Amino acid sequence: MEARATALPTSLLDLVGSTPLVELPRLSPKPSVRLYAKLEGQNPSGSIKDRIAKAMLDAAEASGELQPGRRLLEPTSGNTGIALALAARLRGYPLTCVLPANVTSERRRLLELYGAEIVESPGAEGSNGAVRLAIELAEHEPSFFMPFQYANEANPRAHYEGTGAEIAAALDRVDVLVAGLGTGGTLMGAGERLRESFPDVLVAAAEPLPGDEVMGLRSLDDGYVPPILDVSKLDRKLLVSNAEAVSGLRLLLDREGVFGGVSSGAVVHAALRLADELDDGVIVCVLADGGWKYLSADFWDATDVDTAMGRSVWW
Amino acid sequence: MPAVRIPPTLRADVGGARELEAEGSTVAEVIEDLIERYPPLAGQLLQDGELAPFVNVYVGGEDVRTRDGLDTEVRNGDQLILLPAMAGGS
Repeated sequence: MEARATALPTSLLDLVGSTPLVELPRLSPKPSVRLYAKLEGQNPSGSIKDRIAKAMLDAAEASGELQPGRRLLEPTSGNTGIALALAARLRGYPLTCVLPANVTSERRRLLELYGAEIVESPGAEGSNGAVRLAIELAEHEPSFFMPFQYANEANPRAHYEGTGAEIAAALDRVDVLVAGLGTGGTLMGAGERLRESFPDVLVAAAEPLPGDEVMGLRSLDDGYVPPILDVSKLDRKLLVSNAEAVSGLRLLLDREGVFGGVSSGAVVHAALRLADELDDGVIVCVLADGGWKYLSADFWDATDVDTAMGRSVWW
Repeated sequence: MPAVRIPPTLRADVGGARELEAEGSTVAEVIEDLIERYPPLAGQLLQDGELAPFVNVYVGGEDVRTRDGLDTEVRNGDQLILLPAMAGGS
């Protein structure tokens, strides 16, 4: 048998990025507004976080900061942990994830299957609690290496060089970029890259409205703004309730057959709101993951979605 | 009259209310009205005359930082939502 001319990838990490971009004509409210979705759930571990996990490890190895024998530590409510677990396994590092106690069972199970160790932070403190606990653990144990997605410049850079560049190469026009707001990495990096190609592009964040049960901070001083997030670089910042996110998710599934995660539903909801304001244009939605990790959640059949979802952190 | 949604973190400062009605046609005026009635809120919401870094204010579901900040217009019947800055990012 003859050898193939093109070399095939030798690692799953070679398949990170270059995700499909698909038009969503059945979702668009008017023919003059074209909606596109970047399907980040097609990354090897199932989410956009594969991009930053790989980029953060590459950068830390290149600088010499990360060497064999160190253990990775990261606060995450799921996707970053799963992405790091895959990358860490292939690169030979053990991983500890600090995870709010109330995340879906799929996320926890996946982390365990990839071999990550899990440390729980109080569910009532949401993601802020995971960040706080991870910082404490890293201070007490110097052998930990914490990539720390919230402050790591490799995070937005992965989206500048990857997500944003891929969208800019695929389309001749982009008027609006919509992505979920978490660390701010996607919006900062992809937003900056798209502004270079399309100077008037509007960069819009879809932001979760957390339930009361996960806002158990003692005071506003316990709040947290990720260092990599510069809100002045966002043109719009739209709050999306859990119920609105789920209605967006259902629309995606019903009209286009795209099975998205909760933040994808929120992005679609925000995109449709912005589409109403446009006479014509091109809107790109970054859909961070698929719906698989949310199947056990009880919102699918709930009559009161906000109550069903209020006790957990979704993105 | 605009309604203001109060996050759990601030409820102790406003006698436990989840939502309050307030006077004002801008975010600044609404916040001033709240602070006048509930003085402990002053140190929580404002810093050097600006919104404190860890508080987010939304009018019509949009962060006022990407609108006109404290000058953002508030109309009768609008809901103003106060939230602590939370880490996301899964």
